[in-house]
Amino acid sequence: MTRLFAALGFGVAALFVLSLFIGPAGLTLGNSLHALFGLSDGPEGLIMQEIRLPRALLAVMVGLSLGMAGAAMQGYLRNPLAEPGLIGVSGAAALGAVLSIQTGLSAMAPLALPLAALAGALTGVLLILALAGPRGTSLTLILAGIAMSSMAAALTSLVLNLSPNPFAANEIVFWMMGSLADRAFVHVWLALPFMVVGWALLTSLGRGLDALTLGEDAAQTMGIRLGRLRLMLILGTASVVGAATAVAGAIGFVGLVVPHLLRGAVGARPSRLIWASALGGAAMVLAADIAVRLILPERDLKLGVLTALVGAPLFLHLVYKTRREMG
Amino acid sequence: MSCLSLDTLSVTLRGRQVLGDISLEIGAGELVGLIGPNGAGKTTLLRAALGLIPATGHSSLAAMAPEARARAAAWMPQAREIAWPVTVEALITLGRTPHLGFGQSPAPDDLARVDEVIGDLDLAALRHRRATNLSGGEQARVLLARALVQDTPLIMADEPIAGLDPAHQITTMRHFADLADSGRSVLVSLHDLGLAVRHCTRLLLLDQGRIVADGRPDAVLTQARLAETFGITAHLARTAQGPVFQPLDVVR
Repeated sequence: MTRLFAALGFGVAALFVLSLFIGPAGLTLGNSLHALFGLSDGPEGLIMQEIRLPRALLAVMVGLSLGMAGAAMQGYLRNPLAEPGLIGVSGAAALGAVLSIQTGLSAMAPLALPLAALAGALTGVLLILALAGPRGTSLTLILAGIAMSSMAAALTSLVLNLSPNPFAANEIVFWMMGSLADRAFVHVWLALPFMVVGWALLTSLGRGLDALTLGEDAAQTMGIRLGRLRLMLILGTASVVGAATAVAGAIGFVGLVVPHLLRGAVGARPSRLIWASALGGAAMVLAADIAVRLILPERDLKLGVLTALVGAPLFLHLVYKTRREMG
Repeated sequence: MSCLSLDTLSVTLRGRQVLGDISLEIGAGELVGLIGPNGAGKTTLLRAALGLIPATGHSSLAAMAPEARARAAAWMPQAREIAWPVTVEALITLGRTPHLGFGQSPAPDDLARVDEVIGDLDLAALRHRRATNLSGGEQARVLLARALVQDTPLIMADEPIAGLDPAHQITTMRHFADLADSGRSVLVSLHDLGLAVRHCTRLLLLDQGRIVADGRPDAVLTQARLAETFGITAHLARTAQGPVFQPLDVVR
């Protein structure tokens, strides 16, 4: 177990460093290091500190968030097909961002888009709480989440449908693919508070999720307050997913595939999977973000497209493996 | 000392009363068998007593905070739910959850208790297997071990012996009897009246949501009541090897 966490931690650290040294500017290793620690003036310092460092940090933050939320969601619903987008908050955040592009707000102020996405996420989480709040069950949470995702997707399509401006439509489509290109430290500072709150909420769920392995009745009689657990799960997931969507757009498959990949390595215990999956998610997003810069660097390959391209076959392989184990 | 006290406990689901005015006390050292035909309300009674479903009236367990209740009664539901392929050992250790402080992992004492129950229930051979790969009967024994490890004065189990082989049915009932002898109490629902007669110190007969008889097994299982609630005739005899109960025929 310790070895797994050490390996994941080392992997994340190595990918983080690698991420800092890759980019179109083609800096040498020595130059990059000097620039990173502010020892060189000129464009290198700007590139390292204002472009590559926030990008790598955001990749870690988004990856941690998606991996952790995916593991928590699967643990709560006791279903390996659950993912953080299930509660509809990412869809609502995307709708907020799309509206800000469509109305031109995003062009007026640099932070209008992420702020609009956060407002969308907040509206989404309030709706989910109203529908599946203190008295809900896991089933009402799923149903409310599906209703909300569909609604947000329909409204997003409506915006595209009615968009008189082909450039805005184009921008919306590309934004929705998810990317970490051209982000700055302001994005880090915007997302970080929400994510820290979300991480704290989600990592506190371990014991309850472990107990839920035996079903809701058994967990409750082992002293777990299910209503509180569900509330913390919704708020935690909404904070991290809302913030991740606001700064990076829609990045799929990380929260679905990573917990699935690591489940066996942690003895299937949800409490450990939350941590392992957080590290695994960070590694996956860092790796994907490195890959989009190496493959077709001049075509601006989108991060969300790559995670889906890698994630879907991986998921198919896992389904195939599960089928063989069951059959 | 009373482990459970119910006072006019009633449950109404969708306008239909499924459990009516249940009042009873369970003291220390009792092995109480909850019997009754399908749909009589056995599971509803157990879950309402624990406070897992809304009910009117009073239940001493339902009135407790979840953390306190978890140290007063352990519950083994009928549905054998094991969501993830955890090891048998890890699953049984979950039963120690109510005894752990905030953020604390199981201490040597907790693990020693797990070892003890694994030995008692003859589960050593399954210890490192994945719980999801076990047979239904094996899973039932593992889930029972999880409830026992919780170390509560009262253990409530919903059909814990359904699906077990005869030897394990007998050893499970004997284990419950040993717990009762040691001063703890057990409330189990079961359909095997033969085992109920032999091992339980007291039977509760439930029919259409009401307790129709409560007392010593031979006093509860009279021919008239068997015909009325179960619709069967049966042979009940005292033998040198203890009481023997054999259902014979249906009367309806």
